[in-house]
Amino acid sequence: MRRFVLAAMLMVLSAPAIAVDPSEMLPDPKQEERAQDLGKGLRCMVCQSESIEDSNADLAKDLRIIVRERIAKGETDDQVRKFVVDRYGDYVLLKPPFKASTLILWVGPFVLLLAGIVAVFGFYRRRGTAAPAQPAPLTPEEKRRLDALLKDGQ
Amino acid sequence: MRRLLFLLPLVGFLALAAMFKWGLGHDPRTLPSMLIDRPVPEMALAALPGRPADSGLNTAHLKGRVSLVNIFGSWCIACVQEHPYLMQIKKSGIVPIYGIDWRDDPVEGARWLAKNGDPYDRVGIDPAPGRTAIDFGVTGAPESFIVDKDGVIRYKHIGPITPDNWQSTLLPIIRELSK
Repeated sequence: MRRFVLAAMLMVLSAPAIAVDPSEMLPDPKQEERAQDLGKGLRCMVCQSESIEDSNADLAKDLRIIVRERIAKGETDDQVRKFVVDRYGDYVLLKPPFKASTLILWVGPFVLLLAGIVAVFGFYRRRGTAAPAQPAPLTPEEKRRLDALLKDGQ
Repeated sequence: MRRLLFLLPLVGFLALAAMFKWGLGHDPRTLPSMLIDRPVPEMALAALPGRPADSGLNTAHLKGRVSLVNIFGSWCIACVQEHPYLMQIKKSGIVPIYGIDWRDDPVEGARWLAKNGDPYDRVGIDPAPGRTAIDFGVTGAPESFIVDKDGVIRYKHIGPITPDNWQSTLLPIIRELSK
């Protein structure tokens, strides 16, 4: 049992597998790490929901190689990303860029959340003020009837 | 006004449903190419083995008249489907077709053309990692690009060329650009 738990814990700790072939890797581990971070943010265009680092598709492999070549040549992350976006468009970025055409994507959820908070707040405040005032005291006539009813019940 | 407020969730639902409907019919793969209205990428692709060395494809070949650049490979199944129609286009002489043998064993590429016929005025090879294809923003084969007289990409077609899409889309664009 204990061994099983240990194995399960190790499984949680282990990094998800990536598709990079050891022969593709850059000799400089720092550069390789940058290439992997970058590649994880680039969509594999033929698989659509996988990054080029995760995919075994040929096109993903080609892009991994080209990303690494450019990093080895000394390009910055932004330069490499621009190279890919120039060819495949913003769609290739798994995390969409923050700009005018994607504003609703980034700000939308927060706007909705705020609207929800305002709505809830408004609802409770209205209910608070609209709470009925103390009912008018019973007239002597009503009181007598009530007493009679209560006595009846006993 | 306030009495109509109960309709709000319904309106919200309809808006969401409309968005999903649009999303369903919207294939992200057909996103417009980034390359439209940009000059063809710089390239100097070698010829197929067994052919004259100057029968390869480079950027200068794509200037001077409207042309069709076709990405293919002997490994590509949809290319087999498209091929007979490319042969017909070649016969019609409407537009020169330039082939890029993408991610292929060039020997296999040459053999494939020898077997099925060669519709191309020129063929350049682009072995893995397919730099030129990536410069074209290619995601699969076959893909075709209409290039105008100035060597500017004007249209991208994903998938096989068929009599249908040739008549309805590609040919009118080529005619327009050839004026």
